[in-house]
Amino acid sequence: MAQNSTNTAFYRDIRFLKVLFQILFLLGVAALAGFFYANMIKGLSDQGHPLSLSFLDNEAGFEISEGIDFEASDSYLKAFWVGVVNTLRVSILGIVCATVLGFIFGVARLSTNWLIRSIAAVYVEIFRNVPLLLQILFWYAITQTLPRIAESISFIDTIFINVRGIYLPTIAVSDGFSSWLWYLLSGVGLAIIIVFCFAVFRLLFGSKEVQQTYRSAFVSNTIFGAKWFAAPVFLIVAIAGWFLSPGQPLQITNVSGIFLPTIAVSDGFSSWLWYLLAGVGLAIIFVICFAVFRLLFGSKEVQQTDRSSFVSNTIFGAKWFAAPVFLIVAIAGWFLSQGQPLQIIRPEIQGFNFVGGINFTPEFLALLVGLAVYTSAYIAEVVRSGIQAVVKGQREAARSVGLNQVQELILVVIPQAIPIIVPPLTSQYLNLAKNSSLAIAIGFLDLFHVGRRMIAQTGQTIPIFGMIMVSYLIMSLTTSALMNWYNRRITRYGR
Amino acid sequence: MENLTFTQEIKPPSTKKSPLRWLKDNLFSNWYNTLLTLFTIVLLYFLFKSVFTWVFTQAQWAVIPANLQILSVGSYPREHLWRVAYVIYVLAVLMGLSAGIWKGLNQQITFAIACIGAVITLLPINVNTSVRETAVIATTLIAVSYVLGRDRQNLKRWVIIGWVLMFPWMMFMLHGFGENSISTLNWGGLLLTLILAVVGIVACFPIGVLLALGRRSRLPAIRWVSIVYIEVVRGMPLVTILFMGSLMLPIFLPGGFQLDKVLRAMIALTLFSAAYMAENVRGGLQAVPRGQYEAAQAVGLSYPKTMTFIVLPQALRSVIPAIVGQFIALFKDTSLVSIIALSELLGVSDNILGNPNWTGLKPELYLFIAVIYFIFTFAMSYVSQIVEADLGVGKH
Repeated sequence: MAQNSTNTAFYRDIRFLKVLFQILFLLGVAALAGFFYANMIKGLSDQGHPLSLSFLDNEAGFEISEGIDFEASDSYLKAFWVGVVNTLRVSILGIVCATVLGFIFGVARLSTNWLIRSIAAVYVEIFRNVPLLLQILFWYAITQTLPRIAESISFIDTIFINVRGIYLPTIAVSDGFSSWLWYLLSGVGLAIIIVFCFAVFRLLFGSKEVQQTYRSAFVSNTIFGAKWFAAPVFLIVAIAGWFLSPGQPLQITNVSGIFLPTIAVSDGFSSWLWYLLAGVGLAIIFVICFAVFRLLFGSKEVQQTDRSSFVSNTIFGAKWFAAPVFLIVAIAGWFLSQGQPLQIIRPEIQGFNFVGGINFTPEFLALLVGLAVYTSAYIAEVVRSGIQAVVKGQREAARSVGLNQVQELILVVIPQAIPIIVPPLTSQYLNLAKNSSLAIAIGFLDLFHVGRRMIAQTGQTIPIFGMIMVSYLIMSLTTSALMNWYNRRITRYGR
Repeated sequence: MENLTFTQEIKPPSTKKSPLRWLKDNLFSNWYNTLLTLFTIVLLYFLFKSVFTWVFTQAQWAVIPANLQILSVGSYPREHLWRVAYVIYVLAVLMGLSAGIWKGLNQQITFAIACIGAVITLLPINVNTSVRETAVIATTLIAVSYVLGRDRQNLKRWVIIGWVLMFPWMMFMLHGFGENSISTLNWGGLLLTLILAVVGIVACFPIGVLLALGRRSRLPAIRWVSIVYIEVVRGMPLVTILFMGSLMLPIFLPGGFQLDKVLRAMIALTLFSAAYMAENVRGGLQAVPRGQYEAAQAVGLSYPKTMTFIVLPQALRSVIPAIVGQFIALFKDTSLVSIIALSELLGVSDNILGNPNWTGLKPELYLFIAVIYFIFTFAMSYVSQIVEADLGVGKH
């Protein structure tokens, strides 16, 4: 046998053929790329647009009224960045809205109420079967029929709707960097607290014995996992803080009109923050005291029950004290702080336009509504099938141990449906982010539309398309990496 | 021993609910359902009231019948519309024959389409006489060829060849030849939408299958090239790819080599959907049990033979629903070519709204177009459900 294989001619040896085949394939790919490249170089030199990125520093020469403050004299690079932020804005808000709507309609499709069930089904069928672009154009056409500014529809004089979009009140805003610093600090604080709790609990209750019983294993696992939440929580708070801060914290540019009501530091705020922190601290002290007290002075019986159930009993018992204490401190702090920590600024008509508050432009609204509604129809189906995929016996078991309908859903069905829901949900999120590029049809300046304008002005097709591609790929690859990671974590147990 | 006698036969309880019982079970089963029902009814009342007042009193629907031709074929020259009609006739004959030969689902679909033809014929509104003529001829052709094709199994091969030739013939017919040829820029409306969707799905199929095989190949070079292609394309929005087709493709091709605008859109759509098709097919490939590969190897089949005769037939069969889903998505996605200024079904709305007679009628026009899209996609998803049930996917 061995001789046979050595006698095979090299051109009939499968190992050699495999390598040869791959080399030929790569050569083919390279030849094709080379052909394109040669044509490109020739075409570009004919057009007189040599490849370079130096144009990015030039003046853009067009205005962007959406998102970050931008003037015609700013650079192309900044214009592109404005586009990226606009895409993120509409995508993130769209994802939130689509998820909420999708879960509502997905659960509604399984309702026992015929009317609700049918409405949800009709909703899903209508919005899933009409092209998104058409829906966005339709919503945009609707916004154009809204009343003029002088005849705005108003709700309690705080929210105004007119042809320029929606005006919402903001919560008072002052210096950008300091408010971001507060986000940063509270992020650090949260992270420290979570890690600290984790350490204390493990130190006190992390023995082998304890981990053997289910509940304690659950508790310690949860806390063990804390570091994986603590770091992301800090990052999220820090990053969100960056975008939520009025004005860019690091003073590169002025950011304003960002999408959520911004919490800002007026003079009373810092003192209220101390009350908040004190509240958290008190709550923790309370839990610990409660635990120590039970341990020392509890009845024999209590001391003898295994420690794990003692721990969980303590924590679950303490929450009824800890939570109110925190609330009381927080609310008292609000009133005790000098001045109002947070102020509501209502939009008001001054001259021909509204001043104060934040404005969502009609383009933004049409795109947001279109994306959210379209994607929610898909998410509703994902949620429905996820819930239906949970084995029926699980529901029956939940019923037979006496859980009520809500408990059954929250404690038994949803935790098992989540691992089924997450992967398709991720791809819906990605679709939404990618579909936000349809903004170009209604003139919302997202990253693609800004890029398109830059191409029209500079003729630098290839570098700009490169930038667009890289931006989208970063978004989709990070999202899918995050979701894969999350998916691995939640599917580790069971299944 | 007692002697038991049954004096009365008791019928099994009826499973049919009285309307009252149904109402109670489905709408008023408990207090919160009752509240929910009442609240929804009030909400629906206001919604329907405003929608109906708009539809019946405020909306100006005159824009639709006046522009039916533009909506269906765009600016295709009127004197050349017979070309479209001929395509439809051949299609009708093929459908009728397949319905007769294969029966089953084919028959139902054809019947539905024949019904639509009949409805168009009988429609009371003032449609063009040539449209009516076409509908009459097409419906008759379907009926006649159905009768002819009934149980004629020997025609099978010819009908399949006919379907394969249908596509080039359609392009040839629509485009014309020589001096009479019609520029693709005149293609528009529903016609262009359908052409783009069909081209996209037909052309992406072989590329998608190759990419899927490439992604599962044991040869790293091929696998990685496939993976990079699939992931990059799937990571980008279709609009970007369409723009790349129209802005970048000309740069990459030799100077002076001009590609038709519609053709560029077709290439972009094909390359885009090939990546998605590859992922669908890969799903099917993964579902084929290992034993099938091993059995094929054991009987000495080469890789191409294993794939063509053993693996792919099973893999593709199990992903038919996913492919239909992709076709629906592609059908909706063709609307994006309106952004690169092609006038397919959605794009023609700009042409119509540009006419001073019809400015400001966006909602009416968009709603009508939405209904057309809805009819097509809904019908397709309905058919895919039937196909799914027929194949018994998910039942094993």
